[in-house]
Amino acid sequence: MAQTLAEQILSHAAGRTVQAGEVVTARVDLAMVHDSIAPSVIRILHEQLGAERVWNPDRIAVAIDHVAPAANLQTAESQNNLRSWARSQNIRNLFDVGRGIAHQVLIEERLARPGLLIVGSDSHSTAYGAVGAFGTGMGATDIALALATGQTWLRVPETIRVQAHGRLRSGVTAKDVALKIARELRADGATYQAIEYHGFDSFSLGERTTLTTMAIEVGGKAGIVPPNGPALANEYAPSWLTIEPDARYSRTLEINLDDLDPQIAAPNHVDNVTDLRNLGRINVDVVYLGTCTNGRHEDMAAAARILRGRRINPQVRMMVVPASSEALQLAIADGTISTLLAAGATLGTPGCGACIGRHMGVLGPTDVCLFTGNRNFRGRMGHPDAQIYLGSPEVAAATAVAGYIASPNEIERT
Amino acid sequence: MSRIWRFGDDVNTDQIVPGRYAPYMTSEAELRKYPFIEARPEFAPGVQPGDIIVAGRNFGCGSSREYAPQALKLVGVGAIIAPSFARIFYRNALNLGIPLFEADLDWLSDGAEAQIDSGSGVLHTSRGAIQLPQPPTWMQEIWQAGGIVPYFREHGRFPGEAAR
Repeated sequence: MAQTLAEQILSHAAGRTVQAGEVVTARVDLAMVHDSIAPSVIRILHEQLGAERVWNPDRIAVAIDHVAPAANLQTAESQNNLRSWARSQNIRNLFDVGRGIAHQVLIEERLARPGLLIVGSDSHSTAYGAVGAFGTGMGATDIALALATGQTWLRVPETIRVQAHGRLRSGVTAKDVALKIARELRADGATYQAIEYHGFDSFSLGERTTLTTMAIEVGGKAGIVPPNGPALANEYAPSWLTIEPDARYSRTLEINLDDLDPQIAAPNHVDNVTDLRNLGRINVDVVYLGTCTNGRHEDMAAAARILRGRRINPQVRMMVVPASSEALQLAIADGTISTLLAAGATLGTPGCGACIGRHMGVLGPTDVCLFTGNRNFRGRMGHPDAQIYLGSPEVAAATAVAGYIASPNEIERT
Repeated sequence: MSRIWRFGDDVNTDQIVPGRYAPYMTSEAELRKYPFIEARPEFAPGVQPGDIIVAGRNFGCGSSREYAPQALKLVGVGAIIAPSFARIFYRNALNLGIPLFEADLDWLSDGAEAQIDSGSGVLHTSRGAIQLPQPPTWMQEIWQAGGIVPYFREHGRFPGEAAR
């Protein structure tokens, strides 16, 4: 019987042919742990499961990205414990402070590959679908079990097919597609399901990652872009991983890229999405460019194209936090960082930044923020009274110049 | 009798325990003070062991932080009832042995008295007893074992094969 990509990957991982609805025990190809959850994972692994060694150190990645560099004594000590533990377990894939956000780094390091089953201690582990992997987020106990046994259990999800038509216009981006999907599916529209994204063969790896990091924002268990197109041309995809035309989808969402406008998610829900032009005037205090959703080199470069020769509005603080050291180095090499700094932006250490409201530019009670990240929940980036609007890097740059939420086309006409 | 704590739709894990109050940022010992610290500050001081959360759809959406259901377990939440749950939260709560039931009980008011027998899925309210929809047997076995770790230690395997 024809299978979706999720069914194919989970069949491979389970060692038998499975279909949506079945509960399977599956082999994990890669497990990711980050600094925020690692203390719990290590405690459960050793104290509750009695496991002295991890199942395979080469199939485990550890990232220090959530509070990087350490913000207080507690996190500093915790990170030192994590470093010692990783060394004692011979885990070579330790991505320390400054290397960047786990999801971006695992893709750059080619640890995330097509057809793999990847579990991460982070809900945005759906990111790995950008390279055609089944990536899913889990809590500390599940990750500890995966580290101990190399296995996990999963219900094979049904799949929603997102089918794009046409091409994006200038000033409209992958982020606007991701927000449009949230607008149509709503915050729970893909709960217990996977999403397959079709019609995106021309998208870059970064654009694909923007889509897949946001699969969780509609409840998705995984979000998978078929590993086709120029962005994946040098990537080996296993021969068993193919698009099967007769695969069964629970629903198909058609999106016409040609007439899509810049989208904005208004506080405090990711699916509270409107066309930017219908938003009205929203003055902002902070523009925050970064995260696993939109902190890559191409995102910073897109913002720099708009900010070149312009100054950000004196009422606005603009923070740029690259998703990885590689993204930062590329942005230094081609002058992107110079342009952003000349326009008045401030640069932070590659990592998650203030996305979890812990450090590096947390918001105060009166702050209104245009954020390129993936969540605008109340209190997400700091004070619960702060207002967070989600938009693209281009909208972020235009907003920094205007002082209110603006479309790139509006600024570029001036 | 226990009391009902009502919540709306799309309650996210940043509301249950904000990222700034994670054990990583504060300490494990303080976690019991933090459930709903900003969204509903009277919850943590007022909740009693056995109390029941009755919420709207998509309860627990957002982050994978297990310390969100862990905090609810620490203060003794006896069960969570909602029309639907976000999957990572559902899984984390199951792993910790917190009973969850998928049902829409929007007629139950905040502060109402109720008692739940999570084994049988019967909720006793002032309007009589309600049989809640039960999850599959293999999931109930995980609760009964006290969570996925004791289940795994007891059976030496994951539930997948038992569920076939």
